Amino acid sequence: MTKSSVIQVPPKGGFSFDLSRRNAMLQQQGAKLPKYRKTGTTIVGLVYKDGVILGADTRATEGEIVCDKNCEKIHYLAPNIYCCGAGTAADTENVTDMVSSQLALHRYATGRDSRVVTALTMIKTHLFRYQGHVSAALVLGGVDVTGPHLHAIYPHGSTDTLPFATMGSGSLAAMSVFESRYKENLTREEGMEIVSAAICAGIFNDLGSGSNVDLCIITKEGKEYLRNYQQPNPRSYTRSKGYDFMNGYTAVLSTQIRQLRQHVQVLEGDRMDEE
Amino acid sequence: MDFSNFQAPGMYPYHASSSSKQAEKSYVDHPIMGPHNSSFTLMPEAPSKHTKYPYVTGTSVLGVKYKDGVLLASDTAASYGSTVRYKSVQRLKAVGKTTALGASGEISDFQAINELLDQLITNDYMWDDGNNLGPVEIHNYLNRLMYGRRNKFDPLWNSLVLGGVKNGQQYLGVVTMIGVHYVDDHVATGFGNHLARPIFRDEWRADMTHEEAVALLEKCMLVLFYRDRSAINKFQIANVTEAGVHISEPYALQTNWSYKAFENPTAGAVGSW
Repeated sequence: MTKSSVIQVPPKGGFSFDLSRRNAMLQQQGAKLPKYRKTGTTIVGLVYKDGVILGADTRATEGEIVCDKNCEKIHYLAPNIYCCGAGTAADTENVTDMVSSQLALHRYATGRDSRVVTALTMIKTHLFRYQGHVSAALVLGGVDVTGPHLHAIYPHGSTDTLPFATMGSGSLAAMSVFESRYKENLTREEGMEIVSAAICAGIFNDLGSGSNVDLCIITKEGKEYLRNYQQPNPRSYTRSKGYDFMNGYTAVLSTQIRQLRQHVQVLEGDRMDEE
Repeated sequence: MDFSNFQAPGMYPYHASSSSKQAEKSYVDHPIMGPHNSSFTLMPEAPSKHTKYPYVTGTSVLGVKYKDGVLLASDTAASYGSTVRYKSVQRLKAVGKTTALGASGEISDFQAINELLDQLITNDYMWDDGNNLGPVEIHNYLNRLMYGRRNKFDPLWNSLVLGGVKNGQQYLGVVTMIGVHYVDDHVATGFGNHLARPIFRDEWRADMTHEEAVALLEKCMLVLFYRDRSAINKFQIANVTEAGVHISEPYALQTNWSYKAFENPTAGAVGSW
């Protein structure tokens, strides 16, 4: 009996790729990898005179299929910080959720409002640890005591600090709008106009983006989350006879009626303690 | 001549010294694919006659119809991989009196197409029958040419924009290297599809004047200069009207690199980058 001497190495963080060879072999034998939900996406951010405006489309795709026609891509991080997410939906959701919790704990520990650079550093160190395998491309924006800030975060963990940023498959369409229309010291109305024009360019010119425009305007006074600010893709046809389904459309194969009273016992008792 | 030891003028100087070891292997240094030998494609070591990848390339061409005719625009750069190698290349050409052709992709294939079109126009002129080849005919000819080469697995590696005016009718079309062809009111190749088409779709109108159309093209060319790494700030515009084809001298656009927010972007977020 030989003793197997395996050196135990404590996990250092990041993903374990032990099963990669097995998975590759299974794929060769015909097993199909599940398609994961992506947010094809156009997301943008813009710094204007008094703060930051974030914009996003609302289409989520699973391969070639639109799985959610009206998803929310502008995620809450702190009362004064929001983050748009592109890439794998699970990754963007979970990373922003996680950092949002960390920021809340940080606020309790420090007794101060969160700063955008704090969120930035937390996100980028997490993404870098996973070497790009956490596929989240984010546009982070907010207003803190030091002023308005806008950052673009890439899946491998690099960041850009910019006055205007776009990410996602529709980023080129949106960037062409920004590059041709950006000016310094934009007013709120001009900023909202440019941001929604950029998202619409993504919606109408990129197949991975679609449906509605979400906006989030953050100033030092607070935030304004405009869900479905524009809905340029309404359902234009409705059947005049309506869509009700009368009895008889579905075949009934068998009927069984059971009285529940025989199976359920109603007991009297104390209310559960809420505290 | 034996080309088995041929090495294209390299961008990889560290391979120059290993050329002495390559007596048997044919070793090619490609500006984009990098250094590799010809068994790269799993085919036997016969000399390959098929165009597999482009070498010297031009970037986007834009085209719009306007009230009195058609405008084509392109920059004058030809890149060799990631170097902007030639900066005074005219990628627009007049074809007869009615049509202008713009090409992106491999420049040598564009030059070959120019030769073929010159012969075509000359033959047409020699008929001397009062009729001349218009944009529709040239578009069809180019489509047949590109598709035929594609079927032989030896494509002319170009995306072509063809604009013309004949009998008062404007015509604007595209032919790609695999033979895809279509007509539209505004077209673009390469990066222009991603950066310029959204702007065209939003702002193009059928009754634009010459000045408005040039302004629209310049707006898009500026965005392309900012965001396409192979573009340079030196453009030409071809104007096709009933009177004929006029290709402008190269000129530059006014750029703005001095937004305050870009001067010190991390000033407000010390420690970020």
